[in-house]
Amino acid sequence: MDVVIQLADSSIRLATPLLLACLAGLYSERAGIFDIGLEGKMLAAAFTAAAVAAVTSSAWVGLIAGVMASVAFSLIHALASITLKGNQLISGVAINFLASGLTVLIGQNWFGQGGQTPQLSPDSRFLGIDLPLAETLGNIPGLGPIYQFVISDHNLIVYVAFAAVPLTWWILYRTRFGLRLRAVGENPGAVDTAGISVTSQRYAAVLICGVLCGISGAYLSTAMSAGFVRDMTAGKGFIALAALIFAKWRPWPALGACLLFGFLEALGIRYQEIDLGTLVIPVQFMQALPYILTVVILAGFVGKAVPPKAGGRPYVKER
Amino acid sequence: MNPQLPKWADLVLIPALNLLLAFLAAGLVVIFIGEDPVEAVHWLVVGALGSSYGLGFTFYYATTFIFTGLAVSIAFQAGLLNIGGEGQAAIGGIGVTLVCLALPWPHWTLALPFAILGAGLFGAAWAIIPGYLQAKRGSHIVITTIMFNFIASALVVYLLVNVLKVPGSMAPETRNFAPGTNLPFMHEMLGAIGITMTPTPMNFSAILAFLAAFGTWVLIWRTRLGYELRAFGHSEPAAVYGGIDPVRITVITMVISGAMAGMMALNVVMGFQHRLVLDFVGGAGFVGIAVALMGRSHPVGVVLAAILFGILYQGGAELAFEMPDISRDMIVVIQALVILFTGALENLVRAPVTRMFGRVRPRTT
Repeated sequence: MDVVIQLADSSIRLATPLLLACLAGLYSERAGIFDIGLEGKMLAAAFTAAAVAAVTSSAWVGLIAGVMASVAFSLIHALASITLKGNQLISGVAINFLASGLTVLIGQNWFGQGGQTPQLSPDSRFLGIDLPLAETLGNIPGLGPIYQFVISDHNLIVYVAFAAVPLTWWILYRTRFGLRLRAVGENPGAVDTAGISVTSQRYAAVLICGVLCGISGAYLSTAMSAGFVRDMTAGKGFIALAALIFAKWRPWPALGACLLFGFLEALGIRYQEIDLGTLVIPVQFMQALPYILTVVILAGFVGKAVPPKAGGRPYVKER
Repeated sequence: MNPQLPKWADLVLIPALNLLLAFLAAGLVVIFIGEDPVEAVHWLVVGALGSSYGLGFTFYYATTFIFTGLAVSIAFQAGLLNIGGEGQAAIGGIGVTLVCLALPWPHWTLALPFAILGAGLFGAAWAIIPGYLQAKRGSHIVITTIMFNFIASALVVYLLVNVLKVPGSMAPETRNFAPGTNLPFMHEMLGAIGITMTPTPMNFSAILAFLAAFGTWVLIWRTRLGYELRAFGHSEPAAVYGGIDPVRITVITMVISGAMAGMMALNVVMGFQHRLVLDFVGGAGFVGIAVALMGRSHPVGVVLAAILFGILYQGGAELAFEMPDISRDMIVVIQALVILFTGALENLVRAPVTRMFGRVRPRTT
């Protein structure tokens, strides 16, 4: 039972950055802007948040700075792919490398610790919050420990990430903004004909993506760990992208996909290999599983993942 | 490519201006961290080209980048963006390793053809699945090749840790290959004809890389297959209308592209390290994207761009030694800026230049 609770707890912790980045990608891609630069934006935010938090001793100032860094990278992506009608995929590749190089270069220049930021003290981090009555209810056998350890005792960003799922659903499917956002991703010509600016709609989507990636990055360096280390996103941005495809660009399935991939990661951290008697599953297989599952889904062997129709193509009036 | 511009402007002026912007931005980064960009360029050039030692390393790196750059540009010509060079190269390394470890090869000239075959087949095998899925099932090749990079990396770790590792050793690397498989180093070959050169990792593969570039040129511009490939890249509906099978051409393109990426292992694994080491690709697959973009996907451009990146890699290492505040990560930054300015932000330059030439058709926008 303890093992199950610990696994559930760490699945949630590990799923949080994936979920934020996945929803970030959802806004951008539903608006027709492919984003393979989630990883880079998270990394830039993780570094900036940790660096600023270390200097100011405030997690909140760090978070804001991290979000701003991520938004700055988003603006580059928007400039390249919306205003200049460039290749969105190449822009994403460039952003990933720019973040990977700049964070370590500047980090080494500022702190001289091989690209790391100084260790953050507890008061400049986001720490776990005890939900009401966690201690008391924890004594109830069965559900009590689940409340105390799985639902309670996470930091604020975790709750924000999970709250972002219904919020995203509501924005996307119940507001005028969401309808237009989905429309520019499917048929920008129709939106343009209705007299709504495709450009500003897409810019808005890409900026939201930047904000969410920023929170995700700040979570990595100021909540999940105490400081930034070189390339600390370690492919999380791409797992988030995989989760987005796995979820077929929808918010609730995105939650499921991120929890599944978070669980796989938690398993991989806990067990070096899983022994099923005749079959031993190595940890590398579990690390690769999110990617393998995504390829299978993309190939349409188990339910076809169809991306937004206008995705990846810049909108040009009057071809 | 662009009928509205004279050829020289399209092929020389715009890439040069893009590159200039990229290096200006890189200069700004150097100023931002409080160093002198002119001094940095000085150490970079001296470090890369100032000695036979520097030159050897520069061309060793360039050899790798020619292979990965050609891989990306062949796919580009067919309108496919192959981001999977990193994974294809890693799997190609497994191919080379299996060939080199399989037999006690008496001489490298015997081992080399099989190693080329191994590198090519394994690299191609890793590219053929995304190619097939794109052509047959419509899965986006960029996403599948990214996923295959991660799968390849997990697979190589698994093989090195569990299967190929030297028993009893902790290091995730294979045993050394038989000396008979080692490709001759450039300093050995030059030494044989009386020219002295400081020992560097530059090896026989450099010659193979130039042959590969020439072969690519012949393939793309002088064969029927190359014509089909370019036609497909230019306009898929037109190519299909002209009787070109889209599935066939996509799969063949990815096979050639993947094989080319795999060949980089000849240089690094068979030519220099003489065993398979974890992470031997080290981002070269991604450098290939920058090289292909900068070289406008033409073999001549790719060779020149690969040499430039060789200079950056070798010069960057020397630079980090002379000016410790500019670490080797500066190379990654420059690589990113080159991709950004020559790829994604290309219209920043192209639009004004096109306007300058005043041949734009009047538009209603």
